[in-house]
Amino acid sequence: MNKQFADAAAALSGLLHDGMTIAAGGFGLCGIPENLIAAIRDSGVRDLTIISNNAGVDDFGLGLLLASRQVRKMISSYVGENREFERQYLAGELELEFNPQGTLAERIRAGGAGIAGFYTRTGVGTLVAAGKDHKVFKGETFILETGLVADLSIVKAWKADPWGNLVFRKSARNFNPMVATCGTVCVAEVEEIVAPQAIDPDHVHTPGVYVDRVVRGRFEKRIEKRTTRAEAP
Amino acid sequence: MTLSTPPVAGWSREQMAARAARELRAGFYVNLGIGIPTLVGNYIPGDMPVVLQSENGMIGLGPFPQEDQVDPDIINAGKQTITELDHTAYVSSADSFAMIRGGHMDLSILGAMEVAGNGDIANWMVPGKMVKGMGGAMDLVAGARRIVVVMDHVARDGTPKFVPACTLPLTGANVVDMLITDLAVFARPDRKGAAFRLIELAPGISLDEVRNKTTAAFQVD
Repeated sequence: MNKQFADAAAALSGLLHDGMTIAAGGFGLCGIPENLIAAIRDSGVRDLTIISNNAGVDDFGLGLLLASRQVRKMISSYVGENREFERQYLAGELELEFNPQGTLAERIRAGGAGIAGFYTRTGVGTLVAAGKDHKVFKGETFILETGLVADLSIVKAWKADPWGNLVFRKSARNFNPMVATCGTVCVAEVEEIVAPQAIDPDHVHTPGVYVDRVVRGRFEKRIEKRTTRAEAP
Repeated sequence: MTLSTPPVAGWSREQMAARAARELRAGFYVNLGIGIPTLVGNYIPGDMPVVLQSENGMIGLGPFPQEDQVDPDIINAGKQTITELDHTAYVSSADSFAMIRGGHMDLSILGAMEVAGNGDIANWMVPGKMVKGMGGAMDLVAGARRIVVVMDHVARDGTPKFVPACTLPLTGANVVDMLITDLAVFARPDRKGAAFRLIELAPGISLDEVRNKTTAAFQVD
């Protein structure tokens, strides 16, 4: 099986439509599918619901789709680095659903695993719990959270083989493995496509069963907060 | 010429972090929040095995990199570049929060806008102003075994932040075990109704000053 596509636009062909839900991997700007996001921007598709932990920055990552007004709703845990987001939200032009970060990760995992909902302690007694089913287990209160699914998943990995087996690199893994599982279709952009068998089967993070299309990208890998120390420890 | 530093009452940010570091124990797995809690990592005794976890999926955080060590794929939850150690492990966000929610973090140290005498904490939202989101804070306060909050004792306008009941939307209810401010340390032995007790005063700080700047009820030995 060969899941390789020539470029990001080709990898998305036939998959985009107005009003769709797209789940995107990444934490901050680390491990984001930057090539696919740019190609979605270029496609002009509108009224998107985006499931992503963060919303990028003004001129990079998902911030590109906000700047071009292609996003109707964000499902996120933290969006503090994006001024255009703030402006659109305060003007009532953008819907926003905040989830605790661990709840968001587990909702995506559950959606991809066919689990309709789960009970968690996170958010009990807060605004997050409003309107949700509460249940007591062994004397402790939990709230019901539901699984999340998407029409399309876009993820960024380090390496893929032609069968779509993926390996992530360091903390760029983050939300990508769960996001890969929650979409009807998953497109992965990678730094390198390697030959079959080049990835040790024991080292595959996301098996190709979840990945429909693979494309090699060119990466800026912008750093949000470059923090260094002068001297040796 | 001799430069003399005038005595300053209370603890600096660095001193608050150093005080919080005294809550670490050998073998602890610890999550540090953004701001003053991040500084706690600078005060871990060199011979104490403590592993720092970052909720974006890194276990075993090293120091900030030198310029030639910067790797955009290695960041902490504050999105700062960071380095690995000889025991570092990476996991997905779902696995990272499984270990937080599942009670595998011995301690979480985080900042707050308000802490209440009943152990409630508010640190994610000011209604009517921009809401940045709770990130991982709600999961951490709900899941870590012990919660230590480090914050200024009063807001910039002098308003007390250790209060009878939080006025801001909660991050978690009845979850704070210890509060370290620039003026004092408060702790409670359990989450079953025990009151916070003043256990330390910062240098140069009187009990009267703490009382005047605190609206939460607390016990004193």
